Amino acid sequence: MIPGRFTYHRPASVAEAVGLLSSLGEEARPLAGGHSLIPMMKLRMAQPEHLVDLGRIPGLKGIRQDGNDLVIGAMTTQAEIIASPLLGDKAPILIEAAKVIADPQVRYAGTIGGNVANGDPGNDMPGLMLCLDARYSLVGAGGSRQVAARDFYEAAYFTKLETGEILTELRFAVPATGHGWAYEKLKRKIGDYAVAAAAVTLSMSAGKCTAASIALTNVGQTPLLAADAAKALIGSGADAAAIDAAAGAAMAVADPTTDTRGPVEYRRSVLGVMVRRAIDRAKARAR
Amino acid sequence: MTNEIAKTKLSMTVNGRQYTAEIEPRMLLVHFLREHLSLTGAHIGCDTSHCGACTVDLDGRSVKSCTIFAVQADGSQVTTIEGMAAPDGTLHALQQAFHEHHGLQCGFCTPGMIMRAHRLLQENPRPTDEEIRWGISGNLCRCTGYQNIVKAIRAAADMLASPQRKEAAE
Repeated sequence: MIPGRFTYHRPASVAEAVGLLSSLGEEARPLAGGHSLIPMMKLRMAQPEHLVDLGRIPGLKGIRQDGNDLVIGAMTTQAEIIASPLLGDKAPILIEAAKVIADPQVRYAGTIGGNVANGDPGNDMPGLMLCLDARYSLVGAGGSRQVAARDFYEAAYFTKLETGEILTELRFAVPATGHGWAYEKLKRKIGDYAVAAAAVTLSMSAGKCTAASIALTNVGQTPLLAADAAKALIGSGADAAAIDAAAGAAMAVADPTTDTRGPVEYRRSVLGVMVRRAIDRAKARAR
Repeated sequence: MTNEIAKTKLSMTVNGRQYTAEIEPRMLLVHFLREHLSLTGAHIGCDTSHCGACTVDLDGRSVKSCTIFAVQADGSQVTTIEGMAAPDGTLHALQQAFHEHHGLQCGFCTPGMIMRAHRLLQENPRPTDEEIRWGISGNLCRCTGYQNIVKAIRAAADMLASPQRKEAAE
């Protein structure tokens, strides 16, 4: 399959990239890892006239700690996330999630910025960013702004990202020391999107859950924050009754569609199982 | 849309040899390798980044060459299956091991399997069977059931780790 014709641009800086994107307008698309956009172009479901390749812009890659925040450059690949000792130490849920995204070759190319900016409800990192209450830096010709991941997603493929803007980095507070975490994803095969998936972080103290955050992947038009599910855990011992309540609350906010991954009832039910398993494992990991 | 899209200049080192070309930006890396350089080892299987038959090594990463534009690899080092054997024809340990352990039947997936296994062993020279299976999880084989592919990669890892082989390779 051969994509439609386009003009290729390779900016050397973020300023040059946003200058190109804002002057070229709707007919231009930024190219990150390309593993969502290029397949769409091959199917001619996307036919941009201009591609602005972000692959050679220095400074868009890398993982660092900035005060109490962890900061990940948008062009950091899933493979680089998996290999990061800093994330392994401070936010291992990212590594667990990255490992169940696509396959090894795709993870060498696919970037976290592309994954969160594309607005595909099947992508895994957006749910994780809701769970961690991350903020995205969006840079346009007029300057930069920060948008909370929890406010970013409007509908499938519709986000707060404006034409002419690029997402340059993601940041979130370092999760509490000793927190428990898990990302549970059911998929039919390697490389598939989730039938349903759940991200859980929680903290336990003296047998009580003192903090919790739960977010859901691919069971709605956007990733979903399951705030009531987290509330059901906080103050409890994260025991069977609390886990039942949390799973029920998560299933109540989910709005999956019937597709090749199964009917609505099945996907909602599986989501409940993912939430239960994620809470169980997060609790077992909490110190 | 106009038909007068400018061609883009490209230079790339493939299997140690420098190439320059002027191509349309929409040309995929796998088409560049197969049609411009006549390196037909990287196969086009599914053409949707699932099957891995088009896997090549690009600057130390395994990539599916059907899902990257050749212009994105401008200035890069690419290794394909054609670059694995020694100039005198001596097979690479992975090629030898696939041969000895019957790691293929029809052979269509084999170039991708070997290129992926090559990068896996660079990163993890002594993988467990489970790590091998995870490592090749982006490559589909519809003949073998994978059993002999895993055996072959394990055998290649043993061969490459043996001291005399290392000396010979250096």
